[in-house]
Amino acid sequence: MASMPAPALEISGLEKTYAGGTRALNGVSLTIQKGDFFALLGPNGAGKTTLIGIIVGLVNKTGGTVTIFGTDARNEPEKTRAHIGLVPQNVNLDFFGKVIDIVVNQGGYYGIPRSIATSRAEEILKGLGLFEKRFDAVRTLSGGMQRRVMIARALIHDPQFLVLDEPTAGVDVELRRSMWDYLTGLTKRGVTILLTTHYLEEAEQLAKRVAIINKGEIVVNGTMEEVLALHDDSSAGNGGYRGSKLEEVFIKLTQDKP
Amino acid sequence: MTPYQKWISFYTMLRKDVVRMTRIWPQTFLPSVVTSALYFLIFGAFLGSKIGEVHGVPYVMFVVPGLVMLAVVTNAYMNTSFTMFMSKFFARNIDEILVSPTPAWVIVAGYVAGGLVRGIAIGSLVLVVSLFFTNLIVSHALVIVLFLVLTSLVFSLAGFVNGVYAKSIDGINIVPTFVLTPLVYLGGVFYSAQSLPGLWGSLTRFDPVFYIINGFRYGFLGVSDVPIMVSVGVLVALAVLFTAISIYLIKVGLGLRQ
Repeated sequence: MASMPAPALEISGLEKTYAGGTRALNGVSLTIQKGDFFALLGPNGAGKTTLIGIIVGLVNKTGGTVTIFGTDARNEPEKTRAHIGLVPQNVNLDFFGKVIDIVVNQGGYYGIPRSIATSRAEEILKGLGLFEKRFDAVRTLSGGMQRRVMIARALIHDPQFLVLDEPTAGVDVELRRSMWDYLTGLTKRGVTILLTTHYLEEAEQLAKRVAIINKGEIVVNGTMEEVLALHDDSSAGNGGYRGSKLEEVFIKLTQDKP
Repeated sequence: MTPYQKWISFYTMLRKDVVRMTRIWPQTFLPSVVTSALYFLIFGAFLGSKIGEVHGVPYVMFVVPGLVMLAVVTNAYMNTSFTMFMSKFFARNIDEILVSPTPAWVIVAGYVAGGLVRGIAIGSLVLVVSLFFTNLIVSHALVIVLFLVLTSLVFSLAGFVNGVYAKSIDGINIVPTFVLTPLVYLGGVFYSAQSLPGLWGSLTRFDPVFYIINGFRYGFLGVSDVPIMVSVGVLVALAVLFTAISIYLIKVGLGLRQ
């Protein structure tokens, strides 16, 4: 009998307290199976970006374990980082650099020879509609294009696990939909995706599994159907407004109780 | 990562920095060349004839090694402190490397190599400029090369440490202005320690730049205020110390990882 493949991500009892004493994560446990499209949702300051920071190695945890494809991220950080591609929340591009150079250089940091990285970068940029802009300086691009450059940069080493921290923030609807199509295509190729977003309809359409984090703790974790089943059809939204089912569940689980 | 992949990552960092510094050559290469030419003009044509000879050579010839070292020290230092600070503070594109599997020592080597290249390039340019003002004696060519490389390395490493620690733009300007420049000027650029009265002559020996300038000067003139091996020893000790600090800083992520 074939053994089960290791999960893409396995987090256990993860804790993070910042130097100033702020407790951002309070014993978070989470498992994302290989090939999942997983949405991590939560209000501002819930701990999403801290959690992602720990997964990719930009934030040092104060407790717990993080395992990527069966490898402990603390013991073998170089091995686990090789599997991950990160699209951060804030644009962190070298604004004086050209699009193609930024993507190819990123390949270099993963040990990909320049000639291979260049042809791979051109292919990815074509897929993201940026090929014509490849010799443009990043500072001349629109915000939406800069976000796509960050996606291209995250994909250059062909990661098995893509982490997207609000990749569509500030992106217009048309572009957002084309990014959804692109990301869905990646999951069909077996790439595992962890997405954080404030666009709940985006999560509802894309993700198969979802977790909601609030005040550093996971308040719900399951398939999209399981989470949507928590919706109370009799409830009315604020001022009579009714959002999507996921939005209603989100508000119910994250709002401060009196 | 395989050794070849580490080499690609290192080369990518170095290439990116060399492209940057050559793109903005009026800011990176020109100022030191112009400043040095002014020094040679003042100490050669205007003041040199009045001062006479030092260590049996015309004064302008005596100050050439010191002025070359002044340019090397400041340029190697500023290159790494500036690039590290800019990439962690403004664009935050240091994360591109931190999320990659590139090991800490390769990250240090990649950044420091940029400073090394700039230090050697500036030193060579200033030496060429000096030929317009004086003839150069070369007593020990290998010593000249050794000190040019080791000095660029040491101050590139020191700049890297400064860049990692700095929390504001002032943090990378204070050290060159209030520490480096006095150390270089008081390290015997313009005079021989033998000419200093008792206490000052003793104090100069606590200045590491004194050993560097004397070692470099020995390569040209064949004379030095201190044994050449002592100068080499000071440089090697500083290189080992700053390398250890730099790798430690990247490994623990001080100032880079939260």
